[in-house]
Amino acid sequence: MLLIYCPYCEEERSELEFRQAGDAHIARPTNMTEMTDEEFEAFFFLRDNVKGLTYERWRHLNGCGRFFNAARDTVSDKFVTTYKAGLPKPDISALRPATEATVETYEATESNAK
Amino acid sequence: MADLATRTLPLSGFHGGSGAASLSAAAPATRLSLRAKADAVSALSLALGLSLPTRPKTSASGHGRHALWLGPDEWLIIDENGADMMGAVASSGVLHSATDISHRNTAVIVKGRGAEVAVNGGCPQDLSLAVFPVGACSRTVLGKAEVVLLRTAEDTFRVECWRSFAPYVSGLLNEAAEDAGN
Amino acid sequence: MSGANRIPGAGRLTPAKTARFVFDGKSYAALEGDTAASALLANGVHLVGRSFKYHRPRGIVSAGAEEPNALIGVERDAARKQPNVRATVQEVFDGMKVISQNRWPSLSFDVGAVNNLLSPFFAAGFYYKTFMWPKQAWKHVYEPQIRAAAGLGVSPTEDDTDHYSSRYAHCDVLVIGAGVAGLSAALAAAKTGARVIICDEQAEVGGALHYDKSVTINGLEGFTWAQATAAELAQMENVTVLPRTTAFGYYAQNFVGLTERVTEHLAKPDRKLPRERLWQVRAKRVIIATGAIERHMVFANNDRPGIMLASAARTFLNHFGVAVGKKIGVYTANDSAYEAAFDLKRAGITVAAIVDSREKPGEAVLAEARKLGIEVLTGHAVIETAGKLRVSSMSVARNGGGRGRSIAIDALLVSAGWTPSVHMFSQSRGKVAYDFESQRFLPGTYAQDCLSVGACNGTNDLQATIEESLAAGELTSNASGFTASQKTELQGSNAFAWTGGMAGAAEGAGPDTTVKAFIDFQNDVCAKDIRLAVREGMHSIEHIKRFTTNGMATDQGKLSNIHGLAIAAETLGREIPKVGLTTFRAPYTPVTFGALINHSRGELFDPTRKTPMHALEEAQGAVFEDVGQWKRAWYYPRAGEDMHQAVNRECKTVRDVAGIFDASTLGKIEVVGPDAAQFLNLIYTNSWDTLKPGRCRYGIMLREDGFVYDDGVVGRMAEDRFHVTTTTGGAARVMNHMEDYLQTEFPHLNVWLTSATEQWAVIAVQGPKAREIIAPLVEGIDLSNEAFPHMSVREGKICGVPTRLFRMSFTGETGFEVNVPADFGPAVWAAIWERAEPMGACAYGTETMHILRAEKGYIIVGQDTDGTVTPDDASLSWAVGKKKPDFVGIRGLRRPDLVADGRKQLVGLLTKDPKLVLEEGAQIVADPNQALPMTMIGHVTSSYWSENCGRSIALALVAGGKAKLGETLYVPMPDRTIAVEVSDMVFIDKEGGRING
Repeated sequence: MLLIYCPYCEEERSELEFRQAGDAHIARPTNMTEMTDEEFEAFFFLRDNVKGLTYERWRHLNGCGRFFNAARDTVSDKFVTTYKAGLPKPDISALRPATEATVETYEATESNAK
Repeated sequence: MADLATRTLPLSGFHGGSGAASLSAAAPATRLSLRAKADAVSALSLALGLSLPTRPKTSASGHGRHALWLGPDEWLIIDENGADMMGAVASSGVLHSATDISHRNTAVIVKGRGAEVAVNGGCPQDLSLAVFPVGACSRTVLGKAEVVLLRTAEDTFRVECWRSFAPYVSGLLNEAAEDAGN
Repeated sequence: MSGANRIPGAGRLTPAKTARFVFDGKSYAALEGDTAASALLANGVHLVGRSFKYHRPRGIVSAGAEEPNALIGVERDAARKQPNVRATVQEVFDGMKVISQNRWPSLSFDVGAVNNLLSPFFAAGFYYKTFMWPKQAWKHVYEPQIRAAAGLGVSPTEDDTDHYSSRYAHCDVLVIGAGVAGLSAALAAAKTGARVIICDEQAEVGGALHYDKSVTINGLEGFTWAQATAAELAQMENVTVLPRTTAFGYYAQNFVGLTERVTEHLAKPDRKLPRERLWQVRAKRVIIATGAIERHMVFANNDRPGIMLASAARTFLNHFGVAVGKKIGVYTANDSAYEAAFDLKRAGITVAAIVDSREKPGEAVLAEARKLGIEVLTGHAVIETAGKLRVSSMSVARNGGGRGRSIAIDALLVSAGWTPSVHMFSQSRGKVAYDFESQRFLPGTYAQDCLSVGACNGTNDLQATIEESLAAGELTSNASGFTASQKTELQGSNAFAWTGGMAGAAEGAGPDTTVKAFIDFQNDVCAKDIRLAVREGMHSIEHIKRFTTNGMATDQGKLSNIHGLAIAAETLGREIPKVGLTTFRAPYTPVTFGALINHSRGELFDPTRKTPMHALEEAQGAVFEDVGQWKRAWYYPRAGEDMHQAVNRECKTVRDVAGIFDASTLGKIEVVGPDAAQFLNLIYTNSWDTLKPGRCRYGIMLREDGFVYDDGVVGRMAEDRFHVTTTTGGAARVMNHMEDYLQTEFPHLNVWLTSATEQWAVIAVQGPKAREIIAPLVEGIDLSNEAFPHMSVREGKICGVPTRLFRMSFTGETGFEVNVPADFGPAVWAAIWERAEPMGACAYGTETMHILRAEKGYIIVGQDTDGTVTPDDASLSWAVGKKKPDFVGIRGLRRPDLVADGRKQLVGLLTKDPKLVLEEGAQIVADPNQALPMTMIGHVTSSYWSENCGRSIALALVAGGKAKLGETLYVPMPDRTIAVEVSDMVFIDKEGGRING
């Protein structure tokens, strides 16, 4: 069970108090009605599903109730940092460990064997 | 005119727990969910006669009234004397939202040397005095229910929950309080 | 006497404290503090079970949690049985009932043992190859047969009458393991004032001090020092000492799961005590002091009862006072086993010989053996054993040389060396590294804030272990800001330093393919199976593991993994680290479901939410249904009525007279602030600026993709205050949806949301007599149709308490929804009922509510919609503001697919036979005679018998449905095809006059 630092409560709390809320930094366009189908598709449907560093929205649902943003590594499942909603993406290179140990995978094991 | 309707309290007469942590239903209280931005805090504090806390996990108490910081623009105000607080905040003259939730919530009082252990039976937060001192408060979870904790004394917690969760919350606390005595 | 093999004066148990237990129907004496294993051995019982695959007779291999063989069933009573308990862990209590497993009809004569004779056919991978064909046979023949034969113990069939508890705990330092290393670390940490939790899986702390009597610490015999230290720690306010507590899982950010066995060892436990307690510990830092596990020697027929780890025999002697045999042999590849021989010899047991595969054992142990007159055969191997139900002899031969000489023994102690327990370290995602010099995997790269100390860190020397552990205890405490005023110092000494050790097959384990040299006892995996796996093309240790099932039993390969790996490496011609180690996963040892579930059973399985009026409804005879976590009154049967009759009566009564209904579970959100209307404009498809205070409007909420998300009536209480209602099931997610938009997309708006669902008890009063029923109870509100028209809201009083009174209807009748602060709900319900009942009105439940709304064509979001339905599909276009510049879903509604022709649209269906009620979910086709598979053009979403219409009615989603009014469609069912006519969605009072009555 993860600990997640809530930028509003200013402390780490149990994952049980939080809910993930999808990708971050996707602003809802103000000109919704003028968007082409392709633009709407890109805004609403298409997501990158990155392996590695990803920016997500989380809500401290059973805490302060605030939505906030998080930079998380989907390989190590570690939160790199969290920051308040509305703030720009932080500079992650300064915060990230140089080499992140990867999860044990079949590929990793098999390549070891060869 | 019909007779005045009587109240039926969700945890009426509830007592439980163990020697280490006793449980009882809190007396009826008036409660407000108060929402406002930072610039309204002083006027609202004046109207409530209580300085609204602005730091996370802190509360202010006086004369049976408690103001709990729940979020950066959210407070739970509890008045144990049943005062009408809607009127008070309405007169503050500043932008805010107040909603009467006196009947939405109910509370269990957990008291005794094992109170901390009892609440930790379902709550994942660190409740040691160093981290969760007297006056600390937080919305959090207790098992599968959402609760608001307020530590009113070293050995006492007020556990607020929505009324329909009261049987679950009191039931879980009851088992945990019993275990806290073991 | 507690067993013939108990040596007077040996061990630490008290001879006077006896207990009796039953094993397979026979009663035995034991001492308090015995494990089932030590007690059975004291009574000369070595045979305790049968192996899984070959049903070979098996005995006790270890004295601890790593036990692969001696799995037993333990019974207290019919409800409290536990299968697959390790006999080496289960403490004896007076009256305990133990049963052996995996044998029939009896342990000594087991029919399944025929598998052993057929074993050439049961090689590794046998299942995968043999049951491949014919395809159908797997499901009908093989699988049922294998399932019947598989499994070790038998699960209890009755509800567990014990209870279990759970606790979250936080500490600065968690110490896993309370041997020399763990206790030293905990002591150093505790003295700084840091919060310390120390746990150990055994009943008493001490770890290896249980068997190693030669250890002295600070002048005390090791085990005595351990108990004194634990007692000292337990006295300290900042320390929690948890014996009988296994750290089973090490998760992210130093979150460690522990199970404490609270009553498992008690004869008559206080029923107030939980049987087990789950600890969910969050530690700032963790010290791993889990020691090492001895490996067995791999050679032919090394699995006979009486063959056990040397350290286990030492534990049974030095701690339990039990001699595991009268004439023992030792087969070893390292020095530690010698000490077992020494201890037994000094206790008066005959040691037939020490067989050492090495040419050069440690000088010190050799000298001591000579002194004690024990024959040592260096450079020799045990190549075979004999004995049916217990080992009776071993064949010993020079390494690499021919036929052996047979030596009679009744117990054989084996040791191939020690495997550091890196389970917790590895579970923490630390990377182990192979140490070529000592030939073992040790903690390499750390992933979390933890430190390994002692044997699990590869530290052999006693004093080095102490120093390392004290330093770790101090270091981890300092990191949390605690310092000790004085350094903790401990001086330890022991008899011998150990050298040696091997992994893999010893002499006498092959290389031929018939010898059964076991590496995994529980899963019956032999050295030859690993070799076969490699020959079959498995090159990854992960494949070899799955092909052979090595390490996949309940002991998770604590003894076998390293042997399997070494044999694979040898066969593959690679170095051990190149073959790779399988991943260590939680749980370290099996965890009961009871511990994991703990409080979450019965009433506490999930919150059961009841409305304020629940008790009154129950008294009125309501039958309840589950709606999410809520209990809702479903219908109110009267004497002699079945559900159908009750619902028909309720439906009729509401339309003819009136009915009262508990609508408290509807979600309610108070939307407050000067920008409240503007916010709702964005959230709903409707326009809210034009809604005057005191009026209500039905609103539809979409997702951004244009599909209906929720609906409900919204009342404007004041310019800046709205009372929003949501569906019962949607309350939480709608609140989240609205908060999401408010906080992240529209944060500039001055508006706040508060959940008020439970603030209000809601009593719907519906029907022609609704006004007459409530009128005398209401104060301060003019209820006349003119002053208080349909879709209005007023504040006033009812029964003297404040109310938000809504004039609204989900039935199509004149209706009111009385909202009162929840505590007043029961009294107001009772007062309304008191008025309603004499007028012939009834209380009605959700079933009637569903039918009445369907008669009017009102949809239920989630029943008539499924997340792919637009407002237009549901004939709700009127509720979408055409001139609005923006709302959530505005762009989605214009997507090509959402405006295309032929979309599924909600329509009414009338069966040609009015008595037939369609099944909800039934598929609809245009032509019932078309070839299979038919083209399905829609499905039934709601279907009821309508007593008011005198016929069945249904709603359905049908492709192009609105253009098909009057057409005949078909609903094919297994037994017949039902013809239906497409109709509009309103079945009663099409003009809608009744609602304004």
